[in-house]
Amino acid sequence: MSTKIKDATIPTIPFKARLSRWFGRNLLRIYMIFGFSYLFIPVAYTFAFSFNDSGKSNLIWKGFTLDNWQNPCGAPQICNALGNSIKIGLLATTFATILGTMIAFAIGRYQFKGRSSSNLLIFLPMATPEIVLGASLLSLFLVFKINPGFWPTVIAHVMFCISFVVVTVKARIASLDPRLEQAAMDLYANELETFRRVTLPLVAPGIAGAALLAFSLSFDDFIITNFNSGTLITFPKFVYVAAARGIPAQANVIGSSMFFLALAIVIAGQLVNRKKAR
Amino acid sequence: MSITVPKVRVPYLLLFPGFAFLFTFFILPIVNLAQTSTQSPIAGGDTGQYEQRFAFSNYVNAFLENREQFARSFVYATLATVFALAIAYPLAYAIAFKSGKFKNILLVLVVAPFFTSFLLRTIAWKQILGEEGFLVPTLRNLHLLGQQTTITSTSIAVVAGMTYNFLPFMTLPLYASLERIDPRTIEASGDLYANGLTTFRRVTVPLSLPGVVAGTLLTFIPAAGDYVNAAILGSPNTKMIGNVIESRYFKIVDYPTAAALSFTLMAAILILVTLYIRKAGTEELV
Repeated sequence: MSTKIKDATIPTIPFKARLSRWFGRNLLRIYMIFGFSYLFIPVAYTFAFSFNDSGKSNLIWKGFTLDNWQNPCGAPQICNALGNSIKIGLLATTFATILGTMIAFAIGRYQFKGRSSSNLLIFLPMATPEIVLGASLLSLFLVFKINPGFWPTVIAHVMFCISFVVVTVKARIASLDPRLEQAAMDLYANELETFRRVTLPLVAPGIAGAALLAFSLSFDDFIITNFNSGTLITFPKFVYVAAARGIPAQANVIGSSMFFLALAIVIAGQLVNRKKAR
Repeated sequence: MSITVPKVRVPYLLLFPGFAFLFTFFILPIVNLAQTSTQSPIAGGDTGQYEQRFAFSNYVNAFLENREQFARSFVYATLATVFALAIAYPLAYAIAFKSGKFKNILLVLVVAPFFTSFLLRTIAWKQILGEEGFLVPTLRNLHLLGQQTTITSTSIAVVAGMTYNFLPFMTLPLYASLERIDPRTIEASGDLYANGLTTFRRVTVPLSLPGVVAGTLLTFIPAAGDYVNAAILGSPNTKMIGNVIESRYFKIVDYPTAAALSFTLMAAILILVTLYIRKAGTEELV
Protein backbone atom coordinates (compact mmCIF):
# COMPACT_ATOMS: atom_id res chain seq x y z
CA MET A 1 0.00 0.00 0.00
CA SER A 2 2.66 2.43 1.03
CA THR A 3 4.68 1.82 -2.07
CA LYS A 4 1.66 2.65 -4.17
CA ILE A 5 1.31 6.08 -2.53
CA LYS A 6 4.97 6.75 -3.03
CA ASP A 7 4.64 5.91 -6.70
CA ALA A 8 1.70 8.21 -7.09
CA THR A 9 3.31 11.24 -5.42
CA ILE A 10 6.76 11.04 -6.93
CA PRO A 11 6.57 9.78 -10.45
CA THR A 12 9.85 8.05 -11.15
CA ILE A 13 11.53 9.42 -14.22
CA PRO A 14 13.42 6.79 -16.18
CA PHE A 15 17.13 6.97 -15.65
CA LYS A 16 17.80 7.66 -19.34
CA ALA A 17 15.49 10.66 -19.43
CA ARG A 18 16.98 12.01 -16.21
CA LEU A 19 20.44 11.64 -17.67
CA SER A 20 19.54 13.43 -20.87
CA ARG A 21 17.83 16.22 -18.94
CA TRP A 22 20.91 16.63 -16.74
CA PHE A 23 23.08 16.83 -19.85
CA GLY A 24 20.70 19.33 -21.45
CA ARG A 25 21.00 21.59 -18.45
CA ASN A 26 24.72 21.24 -17.97
CA LEU A 27 25.88 20.82 -21.54
CA LEU A 28 27.42 24.26 -21.78
CA ARG A 29 29.09 23.84 -18.41
CA ILE A 30 30.62 20.51 -19.44
CA TYR A 31 31.67 22.06 -22.70
CA MET A 32 33.38 24.90 -20.86
CA ILE A 33 35.31 22.50 -18.65
CA PHE A 34 36.55 20.65 -21.73
CA GLY A 35 37.32 23.90 -23.56
CA PHE A 36 39.35 25.34 -20.73
CA SER A 37 41.18 22.07 -20.08
CA TYR A 38 42.17 22.02 -23.73
CA LEU A 39 43.47 25.58 -23.44
CA PHE A 40 45.39 24.96 -20.24
CA ILE A 41 46.89 21.48 -20.63
CA PRO A 42 50.09 22.73 -22.33
CA VAL A 43 50.37 25.64 -19.89
CA ALA A 44 50.09 23.26 -16.94
CA TYR A 45 52.60 20.92 -18.58
CA THR A 46 55.06 23.77 -19.13
CA PHE A 47 54.66 24.89 -15.50
CA ALA A 48 55.03 21.36 -14.11
CA PHE A 49 58.16 20.66 -16.12
CA SER A 50 59.75 23.90 -14.91
CA PHE A 51 60.29 21.93 -11.65
CA ASN A 52 61.87 18.98 -13.41
CA ASP A 53 65.33 17.96 -12.23
CA SER A 54 66.13 17.29 -15.85
CA GLY A 55 69.67 18.27 -16.67
CA LYS A 56 69.92 19.34 -20.28
CA SER A 57 66.95 17.80 -22.04
CA ASN A 58 63.60 18.39 -20.38
CA LEU A 59 61.72 15.48 -21.92
CA ILE A 60 61.15 12.93 -19.17
CA TRP A 61 60.17 13.59 -15.55
CA LYS A 62 63.20 12.90 -13.37
CA GLY A 63 62.28 14.45 -10.05
CA PHE A 64 61.23 17.64 -8.34
CA THR A 65 63.65 20.53 -7.92
CA LEU A 66 63.55 24.28 -7.34
CA ASP A 67 66.96 24.77 -8.96
CA ASN A 68 65.56 26.04 -12.24
CA TRP A 69 63.51 28.72 -10.51
CA GLN A 70 66.46 29.75 -8.34
CA ASN A 71 68.73 29.96 -11.33
CA PRO A 72 66.62 30.96 -14.34
CA CYS A 73 69.67 32.15 -16.28
CA GLY A 74 71.36 28.78 -15.85
CA ALA A 75 71.01 27.74 -19.47
CA PRO A 76 73.53 29.39 -21.80
CA GLN A 77 72.19 32.37 -23.77
CA ILE A 78 68.73 32.20 -22.29
CA CYS A 79 68.74 35.47 -20.35
CA ASN A 80 70.49 37.24 -23.18
CA ALA A 81 67.62 36.11 -25.42
CA LEU A 82 65.03 37.15 -22.85
CA GLY A 83 66.66 40.59 -22.47
CA ASN A 84 66.59 41.13 -26.23
CA SER A 85 62.93 40.16 -26.41
CA ILE A 86 62.02 42.55 -23.60
CA LYS A 87 64.00 45.43 -25.12
CA ILE A 88 62.51 44.85 -28.58
CA GLY A 89 59.03 44.47 -27.07
CA LEU A 90 59.22 47.71 -25.10
CA LEU A 91 60.57 49.76 -28.01
CA ALA A 92 58.12 48.29 -30.52
CA THR A 93 55.21 48.76 -28.10
CA THR A 94 56.09 52.41 -27.49
CA PHE A 95 56.36 53.36 -31.15
CA ALA A 96 53.42 51.25 -32.32
CA THR A 97 51.16 52.60 -29.54
CA ILE A 98 51.98 56.24 -30.34
CA LEU A 99 51.63 55.89 -34.11
CA GLY A 100 48.59 53.62 -33.88
CA THR A 101 46.74 55.83 -31.38
CA MET A 102 47.21 58.87 -33.61
CA ILE A 103 45.80 56.94 -36.58
CA ALA A 104 42.91 55.65 -34.46
CA PHE A 105 41.96 59.20 -33.46
CA ALA A 106 42.11 60.39 -37.07
CA ILE A 107 39.92 57.54 -38.33
CA GLY A 108 37.63 57.35 -35.30
CA ARG A 109 37.04 61.08 -34.89
CA TYR A 110 37.14 62.75 -38.28
CA GLN A 111 35.38 62.50 -41.60
CA PHE A 112 37.91 63.14 -44.32
CA LYS A 113 38.72 62.25 -47.87
CA GLY A 114 40.56 58.94 -48.02
CA ARG A 115 39.08 57.59 -44.81
CA SER A 116 38.03 54.27 -46.29
CA SER A 117 41.38 53.75 -48.00
CA SER A 118 43.01 54.49 -44.64
CA ASN A 119 40.91 51.70 -43.14
CA LEU A 120 42.09 49.43 -45.92
CA LEU A 121 45.75 50.28 -45.29
CA ILE A 122 45.24 49.34 -41.64
CA PHE A 123 43.49 46.08 -42.53
CA LEU A 124 46.06 44.92 -45.12
CA PRO A 125 48.95 44.09 -42.76
CA MET A 126 46.54 41.99 -40.70
CA ALA A 127 45.38 40.19 -43.84
CA THR A 128 48.93 39.41 -44.93
CA PRO A 129 50.46 36.20 -43.60
CA GLU A 130 53.38 36.79 -41.26
CA ILE A 131 55.75 34.92 -43.48
CA VAL A 132 55.06 37.34 -46.35
CA LEU A 133 55.52 40.35 -44.05
CA GLY A 134 58.79 38.97 -42.73
CA ALA A 135 60.17 37.86 -46.08
CA SER A 136 59.29 41.08 -47.91
CA LEU A 137 60.80 43.28 -45.22
CA LEU A 138 64.00 41.24 -45.26
CA SER A 139 64.20 41.66 -49.05
CA LEU A 140 63.92 45.41 -48.62
CA PHE A 141 66.65 45.50 -45.98
CA LEU A 142 68.88 43.43 -48.23
CA VAL A 143 68.32 45.82 -51.17
CA PHE A 144 69.44 48.74 -49.00
CA LYS A 145 72.33 46.67 -47.65
CA ILE A 146 70.96 46.89 -44.11
CA ASN A 147 72.01 43.87 -42.09
CA PRO A 148 69.25 42.10 -40.18
CA GLY A 149 69.59 42.53 -36.43
CA PHE A 150 68.20 44.49 -33.49
CA TRP A 151 66.78 47.62 -35.17
CA PRO A 152 65.38 45.86 -38.23
CA THR A 153 63.54 43.58 -35.80
CA VAL A 154 62.16 46.56 -33.87
CA ILE A 155 60.98 48.13 -37.15
CA ALA A 156 59.34 44.86 -38.21
CA HIS A 157 57.52 44.58 -34.88
CA VAL A 158 56.28 48.19 -34.96
CA MET A 159 54.99 47.52 -38.49
CA PHE A 160 52.83 44.53 -37.59
CA CYS A 161 51.70 45.90 -34.21
CA ILE A 162 50.36 49.25 -35.53
CA SER A 163 47.20 47.75 -37.04
CA PHE A 164 46.30 45.91 -33.85
CA VAL A 165 46.75 49.11 -31.83
CA VAL A 166 44.56 51.07 -34.27
CA VAL A 167 41.77 48.48 -34.14
CA THR A 168 41.80 48.29 -30.33
CA VAL A 169 41.91 52.05 -29.70
CA LYS A 170 39.37 52.78 -32.43
CA ALA A 171 36.89 50.44 -30.77
CA ARG A 172 37.29 52.33 -27.50
CA ILE A 173 36.86 55.71 -29.21
CA ALA A 174 33.71 54.48 -30.96
CA SER A 175 32.19 53.45 -27.62
CA LEU A 176 32.62 56.90 -26.04
CA ASP A 177 29.56 58.96 -25.26
CA PRO A 178 29.96 62.16 -27.35
CA ARG A 179 27.83 64.04 -24.83
CA LEU A 180 30.70 63.98 -22.32
CA GLU A 181 32.84 66.06 -24.64
CA GLN A 182 29.93 68.32 -25.51
CA ALA A 183 29.48 68.95 -21.81
CA ALA A 184 33.13 69.92 -21.46
CA MET A 185 32.82 72.32 -24.36
CA ASP A 186 29.64 73.78 -22.86
CA LEU A 187 31.64 74.45 -19.74
CA TYR A 188 34.01 76.59 -21.79
CA ALA A 189 36.86 74.11 -22.08
CA ASN A 190 38.67 74.67 -25.34
CA GLU A 191 39.41 71.84 -27.73
CA LEU A 192 42.83 71.02 -26.31
CA GLU A 193 41.59 71.06 -22.71
CA THR A 194 38.64 68.89 -23.61
CA PHE A 195 40.96 66.43 -25.24
CA ARG A 196 43.44 66.39 -22.37
CA ARG A 197 40.97 66.38 -19.47
CA VAL A 198 38.04 64.39 -20.90
CA THR A 199 38.77 62.46 -24.08
CA LEU A 200 42.23 61.13 -23.30
CA PRO A 201 41.40 59.79 -19.81
CA LEU A 202 38.34 58.06 -21.25
CA VAL A 203 40.32 56.45 -24.06
CA ALA A 204 43.29 55.58 -21.80
CA PRO A 205 42.11 52.05 -20.88
CA GLY A 206 41.84 51.29 -24.59
CA ILE A 207 45.37 52.57 -25.15
CA ALA A 208 46.68 50.53 -22.22
CA GLY A 209 44.97 47.42 -23.58
CA ALA A 210 46.44 48.08 -27.02
CA ALA A 211 49.93 48.47 -25.54
CA LEU A 212 49.59 45.20 -23.63
CA LEU A 213 48.43 43.46 -26.81
CA ALA A 214 51.31 44.97 -28.82
CA PHE A 215 53.86 43.85 -26.22
CA SER A 216 52.55 40.30 -26.09
CA LEU A 217 52.44 40.08 -29.90
CA SER A 218 55.99 41.38 -30.14
CA PHE A 219 57.34 39.26 -27.31
CA ASP A 220 55.82 36.09 -28.74
CA ASP A 221 56.60 36.69 -32.39
CA PHE A 222 58.75 34.12 -34.07
CA ILE A 223 58.13 34.11 -37.84
CA ILE A 224 58.76 37.79 -38.65
CA THR A 225 61.59 37.94 -36.12
CA ASN A 226 63.26 34.91 -37.62
CA PHE A 227 63.48 36.69 -40.97
CA ASN A 228 64.73 40.05 -39.72
CA SER A 229 66.91 39.41 -36.68
CA GLY A 230 69.96 37.80 -38.29
CA THR A 231 72.17 36.37 -35.57
CA LEU A 232 70.35 38.17 -32.75
CA ILE A 233 68.66 35.68 -30.42
CA THR A 234 65.21 36.42 -29.02
CA PHE A 235 63.35 34.25 -26.54
CA PRO A 236 61.10 32.53 -29.13
CA LYS A 237 64.12 31.99 -31.37
CA PHE A 238 66.00 30.47 -28.46
CA VAL A 239 63.12 28.07 -27.81
CA TYR A 240 62.81 27.12 -31.48
CA VAL A 241 66.52 26.40 -31.85
CA ALA A 242 66.70 24.57 -28.53
CA ALA A 243 63.67 22.43 -29.44
CA ALA A 244 65.83 20.27 -31.70
CA ARG A 245 68.03 19.21 -28.77
CA GLY A 246 65.48 19.43 -25.98
CA ILE A 247 64.54 22.62 -24.22
CA PRO A 248 66.22 23.47 -20.91
CA ALA A 249 63.81 23.69 -17.97
CA GLN A 250 64.77 27.34 -17.51
CA ALA A 251 62.74 28.13 -20.64
CA ASN A 252 59.71 26.67 -18.85
CA VAL A 253 60.50 28.88 -15.85
CA ILE A 254 60.53 31.99 -18.04
CA GLY A 255 57.40 30.95 -19.96
CA SER A 256 55.51 30.29 -16.73
CA SER A 257 56.69 33.56 -15.18
CA MET A 258 55.45 35.51 -18.21
CA PHE A 259 52.11 33.75 -17.86
CA PHE A 260 51.71 34.68 -14.19
CA LEU A 261 53.02 38.21 -14.74
CA ALA A 262 50.56 38.89 -17.57
CA LEU A 263 47.73 37.36 -15.55
CA ALA A 264 48.62 39.63 -12.60
CA ILE A 265 48.68 42.73 -14.84
CA VAL A 266 45.31 41.92 -16.38
CA ILE A 267 43.70 41.19 -13.01
CA ALA A 268 45.17 44.37 -11.51
CA GLY A 269 43.75 46.31 -14.46
CA GLN A 270 40.32 44.79 -13.85
CA LEU A 271 40.45 45.69 -10.17
CA VAL A 272 41.44 49.30 -10.94
CA ASN A 273 38.54 49.55 -13.40
CA ARG A 274 36.11 48.17 -10.86
CA LYS A 275 37.29 50.64 -8.21
CA LYS A 276 36.87 53.50 -10.65
CA ALA A 277 33.40 52.30 -11.57
CA ARG A 278 32.42 52.60 -7.92
CA MET B 1 29.52 61.85 -34.78
CA SER B 2 32.43 64.27 -34.51
CA ILE B 3 31.59 67.17 -32.30
CA THR B 4 34.60 69.37 -32.81
CA VAL B 5 34.39 71.22 -36.09
CA PRO B 6 37.41 69.59 -37.72
CA LYS B 7 40.12 71.69 -39.14
CA VAL B 8 40.65 69.98 -42.45
CA ARG B 9 44.31 69.27 -41.87
CA VAL B 10 44.11 67.69 -38.44
CA PRO B 11 43.29 64.10 -39.47
CA TYR B 12 46.01 64.11 -42.10
CA LEU B 13 48.58 65.35 -39.59
CA LEU B 14 47.54 62.58 -37.23
CA LEU B 15 47.78 59.97 -39.96
CA PHE B 16 51.06 61.12 -41.44
CA PRO B 17 53.72 59.56 -39.17
CA GLY B 18 52.02 56.19 -38.93
CA PHE B 19 51.22 55.99 -42.62
CA ALA B 20 54.71 57.12 -43.61
CA PHE B 21 55.99 54.23 -41.49
CA LEU B 22 53.57 51.72 -43.00
CA PHE B 23 54.33 52.97 -46.48
CA THR B 24 58.09 52.51 -46.00
CA PHE B 25 58.04 49.22 -44.15
CA PHE B 26 54.90 47.53 -45.47
CA ILE B 27 53.94 48.83 -48.95
CA LEU B 28 57.48 49.35 -50.24
CA PRO B 29 58.63 45.85 -49.21
CA ILE B 30 55.61 44.32 -50.94
CA VAL B 31 56.40 46.26 -54.13
CA ASN B 32 60.01 45.16 -53.82
CA LEU B 33 58.85 41.59 -53.29
CA ALA B 34 56.88 41.77 -56.54
CA GLN B 35 60.02 42.96 -58.26
CA THR B 36 62.18 40.20 -56.77
CA SER B 37 59.67 37.58 -57.83
CA THR B 38 60.46 37.98 -61.55
CA GLN B 39 64.25 37.99 -61.25
CA SER B 40 66.56 35.30 -62.61
CA PRO B 41 70.00 34.16 -61.49
CA ILE B 42 72.90 36.15 -62.95
CA ALA B 43 74.73 33.96 -65.45
CA GLY B 44 78.01 32.92 -63.84
CA GLY B 45 77.12 34.78 -60.62
CA ASP B 46 77.33 33.46 -57.05
CA THR B 47 74.41 31.83 -55.30
CA GLY B 48 72.01 34.49 -54.12
CA GLN B 49 72.80 36.93 -56.94
CA TYR B 50 69.85 37.79 -59.16
CA GLU B 51 68.94 40.32 -61.81
CA GLN B 52 65.63 41.57 -63.19
CA ARG B 53 64.58 39.59 -66.26
CA PHE B 54 60.79 39.82 -65.88
CA ALA B 55 60.69 36.07 -65.69
CA PHE B 56 56.98 35.56 -65.06
CA SER B 57 57.62 31.89 -65.60
CA ASN B 58 58.90 31.95 -61.99
CA TYR B 59 55.27 32.04 -60.88
CA VAL B 60 54.26 29.11 -63.05
CA ASN B 61 57.25 27.03 -61.99
CA ALA B 62 56.94 27.92 -58.32
CA PHE B 63 53.26 27.06 -58.31
CA LEU B 64 53.60 23.83 -60.26
CA GLU B 65 56.48 22.62 -58.10
CA ASN B 66 54.57 23.31 -54.90
CA ARG B 67 50.97 22.61 -55.80
CA GLU B 68 50.75 20.00 -53.11
CA GLN B 69 51.99 22.31 -50.35
CA PHE B 70 49.64 25.08 -51.47
CA ALA B 71 46.67 22.74 -51.43
CA ARG B 72 47.73 21.39 -48.04
CA SER B 73 48.04 24.90 -46.58
CA PHE B 74 44.52 25.82 -47.59
CA VAL B 75 43.01 22.51 -46.52
CA TYR B 76 44.76 22.60 -43.12
CA ALA B 77 43.90 26.25 -42.57
CA THR B 78 40.25 25.64 -43.48
CA LEU B 79 40.03 22.62 -41.15
CA ALA B 80 41.71 24.52 -38.30
CA THR B 81 39.29 27.42 -38.81
CA VAL B 82 36.25 25.13 -38.76
CA PHE B 83 37.43 23.29 -35.64
CA ALA B 84 38.33 26.55 -33.90
CA LEU B 85 34.86 27.91 -34.68
CA ALA B 86 33.22 24.73 -33.37
CA ILE B 87 35.19 24.94 -30.12
CA ALA B 88 35.10 28.71 -29.67
CA TYR B 89 31.45 29.43 -30.44
CA PRO B 90 29.91 27.51 -27.50
CA LEU B 91 32.73 28.77 -25.29
CA ALA B 92 32.12 32.41 -26.24
CA TYR B 93 28.36 31.85 -25.95
CA ALA B 94 28.69 30.41 -22.47
CA ILE B 95 30.93 33.25 -21.33
CA ALA B 96 28.67 35.92 -22.81
CA PHE B 97 25.32 34.58 -21.58
CA LYS B 98 25.75 31.95 -18.87
CA SER B 99 28.72 32.94 -16.74
CA GLY B 100 27.16 35.66 -14.56
CA LYS B 101 29.68 37.29 -12.28
CA PHE B 102 32.52 35.08 -13.50
CA LYS B 103 32.39 36.66 -16.94
CA ASN B 104 35.54 38.78 -16.64
CA ILE B 105 37.57 36.02 -15.01
CA LEU B 106 36.62 33.53 -17.71
CA LEU B 107 37.45 36.03 -20.41
CA VAL B 108 40.90 36.55 -18.89
CA LEU B 109 41.36 32.78 -18.76
CA VAL B 110 40.67 32.48 -22.50
CA VAL B 111 43.49 34.91 -23.28
CA ALA B 112 45.82 33.78 -20.52
CA PRO B 113 47.45 30.77 -22.28
CA PHE B 114 48.37 33.21 -25.03
CA PHE B 115 50.92 34.73 -22.64
CA THR B 116 53.00 31.58 -22.35
CA SER B 117 55.14 31.58 -25.46
CA PHE B 118 53.19 29.81 -28.24
CA LEU B 119 56.34 27.89 -29.17
CA LEU B 120 56.59 26.51 -25.64
CA ARG B 121 52.96 25.45 -25.75
CA THR B 122 53.34 23.83 -29.16
CA ILE B 123 56.41 21.96 -27.96
CA ALA B 124 54.48 20.96 -24.84
CA TRP B 125 51.84 19.36 -27.09
CA LYS B 126 54.58 17.61 -29.00
CA GLN B 127 55.95 16.16 -25.78
CA ILE B 128 52.55 15.27 -24.37
CA LEU B 129 51.49 13.48 -27.55
CA GLY B 130 54.94 12.27 -28.61
CA GLU B 131 56.72 8.93 -28.40
CA GLU B 132 58.41 9.76 -25.09
CA GLY B 133 55.27 11.11 -23.47
CA PHE B 134 53.14 8.88 -21.26
CA LEU B 135 49.98 9.11 -23.34
CA VAL B 136 51.06 7.20 -26.45
CA PRO B 137 52.61 4.21 -24.62
CA THR B 138 49.54 4.01 -22.37
CA LEU B 139 47.15 4.02 -25.32
CA ARG B 140 49.30 1.38 -27.01
CA ASN B 141 49.24 -0.84 -23.94
CA LEU B 142 45.47 -0.52 -23.85
CA HIS B 143 45.44 -1.40 -27.55
CA LEU B 144 43.58 1.81 -28.32
CA LEU B 145 46.43 2.76 -30.59
CA GLY B 146 48.32 0.49 -32.97
CA GLN B 147 51.91 -0.35 -32.02
CA GLN B 148 53.26 1.60 -35.00
CA THR B 149 50.70 4.40 -34.93
CA THR B 150 51.86 7.82 -33.77
CA ILE B 151 49.95 10.98 -32.98
CA THR B 152 52.66 13.52 -33.70
CA SER B 153 54.20 13.73 -37.19
CA THR B 154 50.71 13.42 -38.70
CA SER B 155 48.48 15.93 -40.43
CA ILE B 156 46.02 15.53 -37.55
CA ALA B 157 48.66 16.82 -35.14
CA VAL B 158 49.42 19.82 -37.36
CA VAL B 159 45.76 20.77 -37.72
CA ALA B 160 45.20 20.28 -33.99
CA GLY B 161 48.21 22.47 -33.21
CA MET B 162 46.95 25.26 -35.44
CA THR B 163 43.43 24.98 -34.01
CA TYR B 164 44.92 25.33 -30.54
CA ASN B 165 47.23 28.22 -31.30
CA PHE B 166 44.66 30.41 -33.03
CA LEU B 167 41.77 29.68 -30.66
CA PRO B 168 41.94 33.01 -28.76
CA PHE B 169 41.79 34.90 -32.08
CA MET B 170 38.52 33.11 -32.77
CA THR B 171 37.04 33.35 -29.27
CA LEU B 172 37.55 37.06 -28.62
CA PRO B 173 35.73 38.53 -31.64
CA LEU B 174 32.95 35.95 -31.18
CA TYR B 175 32.56 36.96 -27.57
CA ALA B 176 32.60 40.65 -28.49
CA SER B 177 29.74 40.28 -30.97
CA LEU B 178 27.70 37.92 -28.77
CA GLU B 179 28.06 40.19 -25.78
CA ARG B 180 26.75 43.13 -27.79
CA ILE B 181 23.45 41.36 -28.56
CA ASP B 182 20.55 43.13 -26.91
CA PRO B 183 18.92 40.55 -24.59
CA ARG B 184 15.54 42.05 -25.49
CA THR B 185 15.83 40.65 -29.02
CA ILE B 186 16.15 37.17 -27.53
CA GLU B 187 13.23 37.78 -25.16
CA ALA B 188 11.17 39.09 -28.07
CA SER B 189 11.85 35.91 -29.99
CA GLY B 190 10.65 33.86 -27.01
CA ASP B 191 7.54 36.03 -26.71
CA LEU B 192 6.79 35.21 -30.32
CA TYR B 193 6.73 31.50 -29.39
CA ALA B 194 10.10 30.57 -30.83
CA ASN B 195 11.71 27.75 -28.86
CA GLY B 196 15.32 27.88 -27.68
CA LEU B 197 16.76 26.30 -30.78
CA THR B 198 14.81 28.50 -33.19
CA THR B 199 15.79 31.61 -31.25
CA PHE B 200 19.42 30.56 -31.40
CA ARG B 201 19.24 29.80 -35.11
CA ARG B 202 17.18 32.79 -36.23
CA VAL B 203 18.28 35.51 -33.78
CA THR B 204 21.54 34.78 -31.98
CA VAL B 205 23.54 33.36 -34.86
CA PRO B 206 22.66 36.07 -37.41
CA LEU B 207 23.42 38.80 -34.88
CA SER B 208 26.80 37.24 -34.08
CA LEU B 209 27.85 37.00 -37.74
CA PRO B 210 30.28 39.95 -37.63
CA GLY B 211 32.15 38.11 -34.88
CA VAL B 212 32.14 34.90 -36.90
CA VAL B 213 33.58 36.73 -39.91
CA ALA B 214 36.27 38.51 -37.90
CA GLY B 215 37.18 35.36 -35.97
CA THR B 216 37.42 33.11 -39.01
CA LEU B 217 39.59 35.67 -40.81
CA LEU B 218 41.90 36.13 -37.83
CA THR B 219 42.30 32.34 -37.68
CA PHE B 220 42.43 31.46 -41.36
CA ILE B 221 44.95 34.07 -42.48
CA PRO B 222 47.75 33.29 -40.02
CA ALA B 223 47.01 29.55 -40.30
CA ALA B 224 47.43 29.55 -44.09
CA GLY B 225 50.87 31.13 -43.82
CA ASP B 226 52.01 29.22 -40.74
CA TYR B 227 54.98 26.93 -40.81
CA VAL B 228 55.84 26.54 -37.13
CA ASN B 229 53.11 23.99 -36.31
CA ALA B 230 54.01 21.93 -39.37
CA ALA B 231 57.70 22.12 -38.46
CA ILE B 232 57.24 21.08 -34.83
CA LEU B 233 54.24 18.74 -34.94
CA GLY B 234 54.44 17.48 -38.51
CA SER B 235 56.71 15.45 -40.74
CA PRO B 236 58.12 16.01 -44.25
CA ASN B 237 54.76 14.74 -45.51
CA THR B 238 52.86 17.59 -43.86
CA LYS B 239 54.91 20.48 -45.26
CA MET B 240 52.92 23.63 -45.87
CA ILE B 241 53.67 26.49 -48.21
CA GLY B 242 55.17 28.46 -45.32
CA ASN B 243 57.79 25.74 -44.83
CA VAL B 244 58.70 25.94 -48.52
CA ILE B 245 59.06 29.74 -48.46
CA GLU B 246 61.16 29.57 -45.32
CA SER B 247 63.55 26.98 -46.71
CA ARG B 248 63.80 28.75 -50.10
CA TYR B 249 64.87 31.87 -48.24
CA PHE B 250 67.27 30.50 -45.68
CA LYS B 251 68.53 27.18 -46.94
CA ILE B 252 68.49 27.49 -50.73
CA VAL B 253 68.83 31.31 -50.99
CA ASP B 254 66.39 31.22 -53.91
CA TYR B 255 64.83 34.66 -53.38
CA PRO B 256 62.83 34.87 -56.63
CA THR B 257 60.99 31.61 -56.00
CA ALA B 258 60.38 32.51 -52.37
CA ALA B 259 59.04 35.91 -53.46
CA ALA B 260 56.82 34.39 -56.16
CA LEU B 261 55.42 31.91 -53.64
CA SER B 262 54.82 34.65 -51.04
CA PHE B 263 53.06 36.78 -53.59
CA THR B 264 50.87 33.92 -54.78
CA LEU B 265 49.96 33.07 -51.19
CA MET B 266 49.08 36.68 -50.40
CA ALA B 267 47.02 37.08 -53.59
CA ALA B 268 45.17 33.82 -52.96
CA ILE B 269 44.36 34.84 -49.40
CA LEU B 270 43.21 38.33 -50.42
CA ILE B 271 40.92 36.91 -53.12
CA LEU B 272 39.44 34.34 -50.75
CA VAL B 273 38.97 36.94 -48.02
CA THR B 274 37.26 39.39 -50.40
CA LEU B 275 34.89 36.71 -51.69
CA TYR B 276 34.18 35.60 -48.16
CA ILE B 277 33.44 39.09 -46.89
CA ARG B 278 31.13 39.72 -49.88
CA LYS B 279 29.32 36.48 -49.21
CA ALA B 280 29.04 37.10 -45.48
CA GLY B 281 27.79 40.57 -46.29
CA THR B 282 29.68 42.49 -43.63
CA GLU B 283 31.90 45.38 -44.53
CA GLU B 284 32.56 46.19 -40.90
CA LEU B 285 35.91 44.53 -40.27
CA VAL B 286 37.16 43.39 -36.88
